[in-house]
Amino acid sequence: MMAAMPILETVHLTREAGGKKLVEDISVAVERAEVLAVAGPSGAGKSCLLRLLNRLDEPTSGTVYLEGKDYRALAPRELRRRVGMMTQMPYLFPGTVTENLRFGPRQQGKHLSGAEVDALLERVGLRQRAAHPVEHLSGGEAQRVSLARALANRPCVLLLDEPTSALDEGSKQEVETLILDVVRQNALTCIVVTHDMAQAARMADRVLLLKAGRLARIGGTREVLHAEGNLS
Amino acid sequence: MLKAIFPSQLALGAAQAALCATVALLVAWIARRREIRVERETAVALARGLAQIVAVGSVLVLLLRGPQWTSVFVLAGMTVAAAATSARRARGIPGAFAVSLYSIGAGAGLLIVVMTLAGVIDAGIASLVPMGSMLIANAMNTNSLALNRFRAEVEAHAGLIETGVALGAAAPETVLPYARAAYHASLIPPIDSLRSLGIVWIPGLMTGMLLSGARPLYAAIYQFVTISMMFSCAGLTSLVSTLLIRNRVFTAAEQLILRPGLKA
Ligand SMILES: Nc1ncnc2c1ncn2[C@@H]1O[C@H](COP(=O)(O)OP(=O)(O)OP(=O)(O)O)[C@@H](O)[C@H]1O
Ligand SMILES: [Mg+2]
Repeated sequence: MMAAMPILETVHLTREAGGKKLVEDISVAVERAEVLAVAGPSGAGKSCLLRLLNRLDEPTSGTVYLEGKDYRALAPRELRRRVGMMTQMPYLFPGTVTENLRFGPRQQGKHLSGAEVDALLERVGLRQRAAHPVEHLSGGEAQRVSLARALANRPCVLLLDEPTSALDEGSKQEVETLILDVVRQNALTCIVVTHDMAQAARMADRVLLLKAGRLARIGGTREVLHAEGNLS
Repeated sequence: MLKAIFPSQLALGAAQAALCATVALLVAWIARRREIRVERETAVALARGLAQIVAVGSVLVLLLRGPQWTSVFVLAGMTVAAAATSARRARGIPGAFAVSLYSIGAGAGLLIVVMTLAGVIDAGIASLVPMGSMLIANAMNTNSLALNRFRAEVEAHAGLIETGVALGAAAPETVLPYARAAYHASLIPPIDSLRSLGIVWIPGLMTGMLLSGARPLYAAIYQFVTISMMFSCAGLTSLVSTLLIRNRVFTAAEQLILRPGLKA
């Protein structure tokens, strides 16, 4: 038997833009079903790093291996189906909730049945909202739709960029709990950007601390938080 | 008033140009007071425009006496110049010049060739060059409008576009709504021209035809002919440019190139 291969591995991942190293020499392996938090001060390059993982931006050097394969050898569309993303702001397509959920599968010529749509909405706690126009959703509901839409593609890795930071206090907690439930129930591998150390502690198995684009520390959540003297 | 002061035609022309340029700069200055900075662009455009038209005016005299086939080269040269001008509206989009060249070439070129063969445009150099240049200029304006609008729409919707891409959509599909909006916006001027023909606008061409002894009704109908050709030319140009530009705002790995706040 081979040792289990990490599901996602970055190797010397670097991105330069505008003469500045936004992400510099990041090498990290993420295990299947692991939740990795990426923390660090504002402007540290957390979003940049995440965008490199589904190749929304191009690395200037280094690369990413997805299930052992260099991701540059994959068709970008296939890569992005397998590595789903949820952003800080839920960018929903004009139309209904159902239309949003069907968007991803439709790109591969698949049609989500009404029952499949309902099942997805059930998972994010929005059972009655299928025919709802997205303009009328609250911030928290919109973020749930965004999560369900990412899940509709059946990704093996889920990237979350500050998924709760644009929400008000009440829905913050709700959405965080929801994401954790979904991730654990489906044994999803998840990389979550957060600047909130307490959130990192609640959600993640390990924390990667990013400073000025470089990996400052990585390890078990407690260990990193303790070393940073930041266990709030 | 100016006519009384300047008896010679050249001096009169210079005075008229100076007055109009001053008014244009005044307009730019008013815009500047409202924090819209176009004064440099305006001044440069005025100087360029004047130099170019005077140079061309001098050349035209020689040209109009030349052999007919030279008009092909003149129009081709104009198309390249129009593409270069238009492409500046899409700075930051790689290959904007090529897109502009193809779309202006397709829109104006096709109409000029077909209409000349059909006998709508007179093949004589003295009418082919001015009419062709009008169509090329029209294609250029349409192309600039389409590219400018497309770029603005894409920048404004970068989040939504990247969301589509991140969900595995084909990149050119994600910008389709913005290409449509750009196409539509670029056709507003020619549609309005057509709509208001004779009511808001009696183009100088008609006066020219009347002065040179054409029958009034024919001169009027030919105005319609011209404006509807301009519309077709604009429609074709914009169709080609919005079709081609969709692929150009992405890299080979389907990454959006135009993002707000990024200077390319
Ligand atoms: N294309 C680019 N060209 C130049 N600089 C960029 C580019 N994209 C991002 N930056 C800069 O890179 C740095 C890192 O940006 P990034 O968005 O990754 O930070 P972040 O860690 O996500 O911050 P926040 O917590 O505020 O979201 C910032 O200083 C940003 O201004
Ligand atoms: Mg960020």
